[in-house]
Amino acid sequence: MLDRNFGDIMYEIIVVGGGHAGCEAALASARKGHKTLLVTGNINNIADMPCNPSIGGSAKGIVVREIDALGGEMGRNADKSLLQIKMLNSGKGPAVQALRAQADKITYPKNMLNTLNNTPNLEIKEAMVEDLIVDNNIVKGIILEDGEKIESNCVILTTGTYLKADILIGDTRTRQGPHGEKPSNFLSEKLKEYGFNVIRLKTGTPQRIDKNSIDFSKTKIENGDNKYLTFSYDMEPQYKIEEQVPCHLIYTTEETKQIILDNLNKSSMYGGLSDIKGVGPRYCPSIEDKIVRFSDKEKHQLFLEPESLYYDDIYIQGFSTSMPIDVQEKMVHSLPGLENAKILKYAYAIEYDAIDSKQLKQSLETKVIENLFTAGQINGTSGYEEAACQGLIAGINASLKLEGKEPLILKRNEAYIGVLIDDLVTKGIIDPYRLLTSRAEYRLLLRHDNADIRLTDYGYDVGLINDDRYNKFNKKKNDINELKELLKTNKITPTKDTNEYIESIGSTALKDGITLYDLLKRPEINFDHIKHFIKIEYDNDVLEQVLVSIKYDGYIVKAEKEAQKMVDLDNKKIPDDINYDNIHNLASEAKQKLKQIKPTSIGQALRISGVNPADISLIMVYLKKEYHYENR
Amino acid sequence: MNDTIAAISTSLGVGAISIIRVSGDDAIEIVKKIYKGKDLSSVDSHTINYGKIVDNDQIIDEVLVSIMRAPKTFTREDVVEINVHGGIATTNKVLELLLLNGCRLAEPGEFTKRAFLNGRIDLIEAEGVMDLINAKTDKSRNLAINQVSGNVSNLITDLRQEIVNILANIEVNIDYPEYEDIEVMTIEMVKDKVNYLRNKINNIINKSEDGKLIKEGIKTIIIGRPNVGKSSILNRLIEEEKAIVTDIAGTTRDIVEGKIILDGFILNLIDTAGIRNTDDIVESIGVKKSLSLIEEADLVLFVLNNNEELTEEDKEILEKIKNKNSIIIVNKIDLEKKLNLDNNLNIVNLSALNNIGIEELKDKIKELFKLDLIEQEDLTYLSSARSISLMKKALIAIDSVEEGINNNMPIDMIEIDLKNVWNLLGEIIGATYEEELIDQLFSQFCLGK
Repeated sequence: MLDRNFGDIMYEIIVVGGGHAGCEAALASARKGHKTLLVTGNINNIADMPCNPSIGGSAKGIVVREIDALGGEMGRNADKSLLQIKMLNSGKGPAVQALRAQADKITYPKNMLNTLNNTPNLEIKEAMVEDLIVDNNIVKGIILEDGEKIESNCVILTTGTYLKADILIGDTRTRQGPHGEKPSNFLSEKLKEYGFNVIRLKTGTPQRIDKNSIDFSKTKIENGDNKYLTFSYDMEPQYKIEEQVPCHLIYTTEETKQIILDNLNKSSMYGGLSDIKGVGPRYCPSIEDKIVRFSDKEKHQLFLEPESLYYDDIYIQGFSTSMPIDVQEKMVHSLPGLENAKILKYAYAIEYDAIDSKQLKQSLETKVIENLFTAGQINGTSGYEEAACQGLIAGINASLKLEGKEPLILKRNEAYIGVLIDDLVTKGIIDPYRLLTSRAEYRLLLRHDNADIRLTDYGYDVGLINDDRYNKFNKKKNDINELKELLKTNKITPTKDTNEYIESIGSTALKDGITLYDLLKRPEINFDHIKHFIKIEYDNDVLEQVLVSIKYDGYIVKAEKEAQKMVDLDNKKIPDDINYDNIHNLASEAKQKLKQIKPTSIGQALRISGVNPADISLIMVYLKKEYHYENR
Repeated sequence: MNDTIAAISTSLGVGAISIIRVSGDDAIEIVKKIYKGKDLSSVDSHTINYGKIVDNDQIIDEVLVSIMRAPKTFTREDVVEINVHGGIATTNKVLELLLLNGCRLAEPGEFTKRAFLNGRIDLIEAEGVMDLINAKTDKSRNLAINQVSGNVSNLITDLRQEIVNILANIEVNIDYPEYEDIEVMTIEMVKDKVNYLRNKINNIINKSEDGKLIKEGIKTIIIGRPNVGKSSILNRLIEEEKAIVTDIAGTTRDIVEGKIILDGFILNLIDTAGIRNTDDIVESIGVKKSLSLIEEADLVLFVLNNNEELTEEDKEILEKIKNKNSIIIVNKIDLEKKLNLDNNLNIVNLSALNNIGIEELKDKIKELFKLDLIEQEDLTYLSSARSISLMKKALIAIDSVEEGINNNMPIDMIEIDLKNVWNLLGEIIGATYEEELIDQLFSQFCLGK
């Protein structure tokens, strides 16, 4: 429990940074009733989208739904700011479907700022933070650029790419943040002094083009879905299907390739700058990287995405580069439809400081300084959604700590958020971390359609889901069980009529009686067919839940069984005071990693790269001997 | 686990030199206490040092001492090997001194266990080392060497790589659904690859069952009514091939009375005690017991008398062995033929008395187990029951993949079973790490924002 009598504390929680992580952290803290201050360099950049104008995507779309189920804001805010929305992977199974929306870069931040301004217990201050008040390895507040000190019980750092940010274009390196904003020059140095390992990362963003200078007749149109969709379980659609704004698809040309190859040494990353230390994201290579690494590919896909209804910028997804501006001009003009394009903003790469995420606990509190939490790009992740979910968890856990409660730690089989945080704190990162469905072992359990079922209880328990919404959620759960029961108790028999109908829909005739539940297991049968036999009056998402759980029952059972193995290992706790030096024969790499990461369970230890199963058996033997350890 | 172990690592009393191996944190310190010569803690690693082993002031032997410091040793611990001048007494004395000075006598296989626990070798290699130690024939030795050198691991690693390629392709389709640059893995393509995997895995299982034969021998039972000539036939086989000493305790629950090496393969004769003593297995232990023996055997040699007609019991046994690897031996062909048998049976006509047909019997056995083929093929297969059973589980998982395909399941569901195959194969070699998949994803595909 914290000492609430420390000086004249004005705030319980200070959030440093107003990006996607900062907004969620500040909202969670304030909504949980804690006096919160959000400090940002520029209020106009709150919830800014400095890179692509979209929210969601594969895996990330599921995270947005998870944020929503826990009581976060991103899903609702995106729903209020859509230009277009679609369901990805709709032709594949339910486990990999995810929403992606184009969000308006003016509306999205505006709506978020509005929400922040209307949240009780939350204040916003415009200032640069350059140091922390730290006493005995416990954080006590922040120190601003001008030396002003503001005290608090907890601090959450969500500094994004602003720590010692350098913008790289061709052979020039400029100390500034996105949009030429002022970076934080000293905070990362201070963090280093406090004992954090500071690493350098890099990311980039492509050009923005004047919409009026593009010949769209040479492009392929990409529309949103023809069906109303929302991220939030608690929102009605705020858009009209027919008013969605399209994207456009084009391809690079032979000329594009040649221009890049001819000018390769001018790219910051290929010799233009000799002092690049930042590691760029593997999943999001620059166009020059793609041309070099995949030289056999004749062309690469590019998407032209609208940024806003209120200005004319078009974002070229897939064309990020750190070429000098004269080469960028040539590159852009080599693209079909963009021969006469006017570049409004040039592409750039940005280098910034982050901390070693292995120095974090699963709660996102740092191991180095108590009551200090970090979230978002400072932890080495990339992406708005990855940042937002960490901000939410950091905000929740800072609050829970103030309240003297156990932190909310989601398991890998409960949420993509759990996968992300466990990966960060257990494995650490080398390049900016992006969530992928392939990072989740049990993704069949972590579906887009069941995020509310998985997480609403947690959201309610921490106090971010109100009674009204919780009651609706419980009704949905009841409906699901009721419907399953209904299907199990209703049997049809092989009468002439029945079989005629069943054959007419391309299924095989019945030989014996069958419950509707079992009938629904047939791949070709859906609820429209079931409605032929009984009346079904439930919401579509109830039908969807029931359908998925019946159709994929066998696979779900398998996944749950596998997940249980992991949960069992995660429940084998490793005591805090374990001394790995006392376990002889541990491989030295394993010992070093175990000491650094301090895994809290055998399951987590096993996930550390460099710790092999043999090391785990040694730890188990030691625990049994020294701690009279049973399979707890 | 941290103590220092020692053991004599050469056969006692054989050869002019014996080697005592010491492994553990204190290996060098302990040897120093009984060694007179250069200061062993300051000599370079991987050197051989001349000196004397002493017990107080008494010189026990002149020795060469190899110092090998961790981690580049078999156990990844400090290892000292003392070359002693043979002789049981001297060797034992040196070992005794080591034990007095703080070593513990190593349990069988403990050096290997440590090598595995310290990550020096993987599970399969560890199994191989154990097999090597226990190898009884040249063939089983070759098989073990193949495991130690990692051939089997490589085979499985290759197979897993094939799966990772498929998985990575499916995953990339999921994570980058709108990218046409990437080949879309269709159900048809998975189907082809699954067939390929099934064949490979089947092949390994088949070969591995052979491997098990090589390692453990062919459990053989000779049955037949009294006085049909079972023991004469057995004796003929033994005479021919020189039986291995008969006092070897069986490694399984079977009582192995006799072992015959047939062209490099072991025939373990089960419960021949009964046969030899009473020559009357059917009467002494009853049909029921002999039936249960048949159940356990890899090979049944059923002996009939050419001079007698089939009894009901004979017919019962014939029925029972129909689906087993079995050879029907018609003995006493020198006597008048009264026996009527179905010609389709696997029959060898033989006269133990006149030593006729023994070669044909051996050929028949070789033919039955395709021993010639095994001999020609390379000896790269799994030989532990653990590995084979995991491999069979992998095959079942492949069946699930196929079932999913046939039920029109979406590809990302099918992938769950495919990943299971990959995990099971990983379990065999003791290595399963997810990062592999992610790395693959990034190294093979061109993606971007």
